[in-house]
Amino acid sequence: MPSESTVGAKRRRGLREGAWGWLFAGPMVLVLGLFLVLPIAMALWVSLLHWDGQSNPFSGHADFVGLDNYRRLFAEDGLDRTLFAVSMRNTLYYVLLTVPLQTVLALFLAVLVNQRMLRGRGVLRTVFYFPSITSSIAISTVFLFLFQGSGAVNRMLGWVGVKGPNWFADPRGVVWLVLGRFGVDQPAPTAGGPLGLSWSEWFAGPSVAMCTLILMAVWTTSGTFMLIFLAALQDIPRELEEAAALDGVNRRQLLCNVTLPALRPVLFLVLTLGLISTWQVFDQVYVMGKGAPGNTTLTPAYLSYSAGFDNADYGQGAAIAFVLLGLILLLTTLQRWVLRERGGRPRRGPRSLKGARRAAR
Amino acid sequence: MRHADREPGADEPVLGRFPRPLRVLGYTALLGFALLYLLPFLLQLANSFKTDPDATANPMALPPDGGTLTSYRRLFGPAEGVENIPFLRWLGNSMLVTALVTAGRVLFDSMAGYALARIRFPGRRLLFAFVLAVMAVPGVVLLIPKFLVLKSFGMFDTYSGMILPLLVDAAGIFIMKQFFESVPREIEEAARIDGAGTFRIFWSVVLPMSRPSLITLTVLSFQGSWNEFTHFLVSTQSSEHDTLTTGLGHFVSGGLGSGTQYPLKLAAALVSTLPVAVLFFCFQRHFVRGANSGSSKG
Repeated sequence: MPSESTVGAKRRRGLREGAWGWLFAGPMVLVLGLFLVLPIAMALWVSLLHWDGQSNPFSGHADFVGLDNYRRLFAEDGLDRTLFAVSMRNTLYYVLLTVPLQTVLALFLAVLVNQRMLRGRGVLRTVFYFPSITSSIAISTVFLFLFQGSGAVNRMLGWVGVKGPNWFADPRGVVWLVLGRFGVDQPAPTAGGPLGLSWSEWFAGPSVAMCTLILMAVWTTSGTFMLIFLAALQDIPRELEEAAALDGVNRRQLLCNVTLPALRPVLFLVLTLGLISTWQVFDQVYVMGKGAPGNTTLTPAYLSYSAGFDNADYGQGAAIAFVLLGLILLLTTLQRWVLRERGGRPRRGPRSLKGARRAAR
Repeated sequence: MRHADREPGADEPVLGRFPRPLRVLGYTALLGFALLYLLPFLLQLANSFKTDPDATANPMALPPDGGTLTSYRRLFGPAEGVENIPFLRWLGNSMLVTALVTAGRVLFDSMAGYALARIRFPGRRLLFAFVLAVMAVPGVVLLIPKFLVLKSFGMFDTYSGMILPLLVDAAGIFIMKQFFESVPREIEEAARIDGAGTFRIFWSVVLPMSRPSLITLTVLSFQGSWNEFTHFLVSTQSSEHDTLTTGLGHFVSGGLGSGTQYPLKLAAALVSTLPVAVLFFCFQRHFVRGANSGSSKG
């Protein structure tokens, strides 16, 4: 039976540990609380205001408009809704093209670099990964230069007899561009599509300018995802492959029946990481035209920024940010839930999400 | 690490080598891809040594006559007859912010990681759930919120507004917590029996053992804050606070100067990439660890 003094000592020690715990976690609580939780709460309030950034939004004089800012995005006919719809359409095509392309390319590169007899594997891995760690602003600068009307890309296309478009100045949607080849022209915009955007605009596909952003995203992020695939490939037990080899499978059967199935959880991880990060595209848009040409590179993240900082309509900007946040949290929840179901590794998704995004910067 | 315990002969492929024509084809494809990934950087380098008209007329050629250093002179010192961009100011700001943010993250992330991994205190589970939730919040939806809070605190357009919000990051805390959980408890118990307090144990026993993880954290924090763009975009206004990313971003998107000035822009982008590139070539393992922190045992 413990004596009274040891119980007291234990309690004292517990109290002291509790104090140390909060002391150690203190800076984290302070910084994340003040610069992450508080801002979100404040912005939630501001998204219910009509606020131009001048007065104090937390005084009694604030112009409270309820859910007006959200209504203007979804229900009210007008410029705000059109721009929001256009930005959603642009990003939808950006996501639909970037995610599969970067995943397939990353997997392809990983399988190539994983070949055991390959000479210079380390160098190749470095080459493919390097774009991922550079700053998005610096890379965007280089791509602006490469994709000029008379730039390096169009020169190279010229060598093989292709006349390249004027990339960043071309707002034409690729769907109508391709259909135009077959004599189908884009019909004049009519009312009728969702969010006040006509169906012909919804189905226009990404503009030529947006395609350069897609190419850049694929080029910069495939290296990061290649590394994730590579780690998974090296985690496949060698015995599994050897057993298959003893069974007399050929190379293609080995790849399709042993290697690729073993990669399924990682494939899902990469796909969802891609989905989550592509919806957030911002830096590239800022540097490469701020939505131009013809708003075809506008994205919700950039629209939220420009509504606030360019048009002094911070309430509207905050509302767009919360719509985007809702969408991304939905995707994240889906990812965490499915990864938990599959492998019993609940913390994998979020951890690598940040790591991959960080590495992709 | 997997590679260490591989049995000899494990580097042999399972199915023998590819037949020769296939191998040649494979190498050609790989070389082509490698070129695709390198070419933008090579063109950037070459064109940064050209004059404006030359870069426009012959973007694919090597710089004529060994090239000109005009762009680099305009970045680093007074060049005659042309306007300069405040590149040294950008560089200085980036260095200042990166140094402070990296130091802060290494210290505070490891402290928080240690608390979450090892110290028993009420609210620990809740705090950990909080960190997980924070990691799900994407940075781009915080643009207006951050501006709001900095403005309310009177920190908008100040160095403290640029630095303080970045001093802690949830991903770094996660990496450190993960590591501290792998340290055997016996070592700490032994130190405790010797009479060391919680802080002494953390500082003199656990941290010195954490070098690899601390290097990873340092490298990732450096890269993250050096390449940070959106936070500086919404926390500053005046050009005296421009960093390499915001300065170059404003310059390229048309806020400064006239004409295309691509050689100058490319040179500025190149110089701003160099520190992270050097870090990458020295500590590649740690970058790889950062990218893989989700899918391998790290």
